[in-house]
Amino acid sequence: MREIIKMIVVLTVLSAFSGGLLAAIRGGTKDKIEYQQLVFVKGPAIKNILEGCSNDPIVDRFKIKDGDIERSFFVGVFDGKADTVAFEGFGKGFGGDIGLMVGVNINDDKIIGMGVTTHSETPGIGSKAKTDPKFSHQFKGLAAIEPCKVKPDGGKIDAISGATVTSRGVCGGVSNAAEIYKRLKPQIADEIKKKFK
Amino acid sequence: MAKSITQEFVKGLWDEIPPFRLVLGLCPVLAVTKSVENGLGMGVAVIFVLVCSNILVSLLRNIIPSKVRIACFIVIIATFVIVVELLMQAYTYALFLKLGIFIPLIVVNCILLGRAEAFAYKNGVVASIADGFGIGIGFTLSLVSIGALREVFGNGTFFGTSVFGPSYQPFTFMVEAPGAFVCLGLMLCMMNLAGKK
Repeated sequence: MREIIKMIVVLTVLSAFSGGLLAAIRGGTKDKIEYQQLVFVKGPAIKNILEGCSNDPIVDRFKIKDGDIERSFFVGVFDGKADTVAFEGFGKGFGGDIGLMVGVNINDDKIIGMGVTTHSETPGIGSKAKTDPKFSHQFKGLAAIEPCKVKPDGGKIDAISGATVTSRGVCGGVSNAAEIYKRLKPQIADEIKKKFK
Repeated sequence: MAKSITQEFVKGLWDEIPPFRLVLGLCPVLAVTKSVENGLGMGVAVIFVLVCSNILVSLLRNIIPSKVRIACFIVIIATFVIVVELLMQAYTYALFLKLGIFIPLIVVNCILLGRAEAFAYKNGVVASIADGFGIGIGFTLSLVSIGALREVFGNGTFFGTSVFGPSYQPFTFMVEAPGAFVCLGLMLCMMNLAGKK
């Protein structure tokens, strides 16, 4: 009997202690983690896409509810006009999901830039989707309301040699972003108006 | 016969170096050694968890009832693993992204449970710390050496800097899964030849 009580007490105390410790550490690191996620994962791509904007897109961000998910949009101000948003899309790559950022001008619905944020493609081959500017520059100027395809599939994008699946995944991600944009365009325009009167 | 503190430390570096001599903890050894940086990060995380859990287990070794000792070890190890995970997210986010699922998987790494059961539960705090550092550093060294081998030949870089210059065509086989097995096999073979008496 005594042994059972001892076991219960020891395990309970140990678990309670570890729970408390974890709660404290989680509380202490929460803000830092959210900031890191924005800066590290999306920051470089956002900066690349909204190059030359006069504000800080990570500060000027807003969220829109899209079904069950909340999507973040980052606003870029060019020549005093807040008319560009960057947001995320996802596509299926060779090694898993490819996350990417697409910047769209809301006046003419054209893509002003694209950058891959997260991927698990083969280093040195598929990873070029993220590192090779020649590939990502092809997306500039495409219409953001049409699906995007690689050349063998009847589209305009030259695939990275040896990484057709990855290139298709990126195009899928851009198409995914285009769908989101088409669906949410009125709300996006509203939010920007509210933010920059 | 009790060994000295130095002996407890040194045994982890050669006689009981985990992946090569004990052939334990192979999952991270195969999975995260695509580059030196990943291997080092994983190793440091394991050292932290191993030393902390060794200290706590040896402190509590007279209180923990032997019937529930495994449960207690797991609670202790899991707590420290989550601490590492949160800290890595907050401060070294880029590395955390690369290691991904293998950080939480340290919980089920048999090296940790093995050291708690086989060493810390039976020895004093100081000896346990020495043991934790020894085994942990041994583990890190093995990860780094396999990581170096795979990164240098598979990607032509060491710690991100180019070794052979731009004309080197990476031997991509090495950074993919089969390359990990081949590397590990070669390392085991060399270790056995070197340790032959």
